[in-house]
Amino acid sequence: MTGVQGMQAGGADTAPPAAAAIELLELSRSFGPVRALDRVSLTIAPGEFFALLGPSGSGKTTCLRLIAGFDRPSDGRILLDGADVTDVPPFERNVNTVFQDYALFPHMTVAENVAYGPKVRGVAAATRHRQALEVLELVRLESLAGRTPAQLSGGQKQRVALARALVNRPKVLLLDEPLGALDLRLREEMQTELKLLQHRLGITFVFVTHDQGEALSMADRVAVFRDGRIEQLDTPRGLYVRPRTAFVARFVGSANVVEAAAAARITGTAQAFAIRPEQIEVLPDDAPLPEGAVGCSGELADIQYHGATSRWHVRLDDGLVLSAVRAEAATPGPTPQAGGRVRLAWSRDSLVPLADG
Amino acid sequence: MRSSGDWNRASWGGRIAAFAGLAFLHLPVWVILLYAFTTEDRTYQFPPPGLTLRWFEVAFAREDIWAALRLSLSVAAVATAMALVLGTLAAFALARSRFRGRDAITLLFVLPIALPGIITGIALLSAFKLGGIQPGFWTIVTGHATFCIVIVHNNVIARLRRLPPSWIEASMDLGADGTQTFLYVLLPQIATALLAGGMLAFALSFDEIIVTLFTAGHERTLPIWFFNELFRPRERPITNVVAVTVVLVTLVPILLAYWLTRQGHADERN
Repeated sequence: MTGVQGMQAGGADTAPPAAAAIELLELSRSFGPVRALDRVSLTIAPGEFFALLGPSGSGKTTCLRLIAGFDRPSDGRILLDGADVTDVPPFERNVNTVFQDYALFPHMTVAENVAYGPKVRGVAAATRHRQALEVLELVRLESLAGRTPAQLSGGQKQRVALARALVNRPKVLLLDEPLGALDLRLREEMQTELKLLQHRLGITFVFVTHDQGEALSMADRVAVFRDGRIEQLDTPRGLYVRPRTAFVARFVGSANVVEAAAAARITGTAQAFAIRPEQIEVLPDDAPLPEGAVGCSGELADIQYHGATSRWHVRLDDGLVLSAVRAEAATPGPTPQAGGRVRLAWSRDSLVPLADG
Repeated sequence: MRSSGDWNRASWGGRIAAFAGLAFLHLPVWVILLYAFTTEDRTYQFPPPGLTLRWFEVAFAREDIWAALRLSLSVAAVATAMALVLGTLAAFALARSRFRGRDAITLLFVLPIALPGIITGIALLSAFKLGGIQPGFWTIVTGHATFCIVIVHNNVIARLRRLPPSWIEASMDLGADGTQTFLYVLLPQIATALLAGGMLAFALSFDEIIVTLFTAGHERTLPIWFFNELFRPRERPITNVVAVTVVLVTLVPILLAYWLTRQGHADERN
């Protein structure tokens, strides 16, 4: 584990090493009246696995395209490895991209696709063929070198796209929704593989995703985008444990978000907060509140059984619905029925105060 | 299943109508073929009194036919070459970039093929006269290029619009500049469109007569030669011989283009 990967919660506050792999300075991109990216500043360390997370239209893909050079910023600068590349065309940037639709060239074989980078850089035919086979071996596809893209499955195309982007030995690899088109099993397999590959090569990976599970499980740090701005930049654990805003709490952790008005009724303070479902305890309605705990009572609306855990939805008297997650093993005694009254309790420490938004 | 096959089958009336339509389109060509061999040179007497190969001999000895054929072939070749270059450039400009007035320019660009040939012909003739340009080979080529460019442009732009933009980005991303991207990624993708467009343009130029009449001056292309022959009924079988030869010669590239583009489509589907 490198220092970056070993960072604990609070890593966002730790200054990254001096020679950043990527540095975005006040980067903006407008499409007509729409500000797709609004003064975003960001520093990504060499060797970091970095995720740009957000819903569609949040600016994460725009940000990736600006780093690749496919699009030009309306304002701001882009630094790669310390050098300003804002005005450098994509074919002169030491950055390669894995496209969402893979963008494999259909009239070339797998080996020719992978050898395309060296070819346009003037590497001799025999050398570039050998290079292509080496990288194909890295993604375990050397046996398919002679096939055309049309003869490959989705997962295989994904690996070819990966090999093609890696053959130039880029300093930074950009991945645009790399696993979006794959089915669930393949997606989990590729997550592990990408992570291993990144460790092995030590290249900076920047990937765009709308799937918070993917971002949390793969990335060292995650920038959560909303409306063209970074809402929060933190380690996965930091995002999950200490979301700064209601948006992040909902998007990343599926946490319960209690707005200021409702919070005043529960805690006595008009300060919005988040509470994660697994930290809420469900008690019988007449049970005493534990020492130092916050509590409220309501009607058990619904129980979703997931096997190892179950999710309980409780409607409070003011209409707010909170969900609590309980482990299967931790359910003693008779299970309350839907429609019955229950008491919810959680420790004051597990409550995360939120900025508005 | 018989029942499911039956409702999908055309009625006898429909079939007869379809075959009658096909016959109407193709019988005149067969008439020309037949009367290229007749021994009777004045009227279309049926059946022909006798068959002979004599007219082929006569036709091949005629220098005016060869001159007209040579002129038509070179006009078509030059017009097609111009169209391939200019039509492709225009298609790239109009397919890939966004600028003010792009739609208006597209319309202006495609208009020559919609305009009646007689308008194009008169307009060009007046323009050439105004500019003091003597009608001849290059005025014919210019006239033909006006519609040949549109044919190539339409073929290429249709193909370009189907290409995912990420291919160009991927090529640039891997280090290729504009020229390399065009040569290695785009050209192979539009090659069959260029071939089909080029052959169609060639064929259209080869038998164009209206614009040519206005722009040819004293030159005689093959269609103009045919047109003039109508006034000499004694030589009718010779006209038929030339017509049959032209049909045979043009059939080869058209079948070739059809076969090549069909191959291309089959590849895309797999």
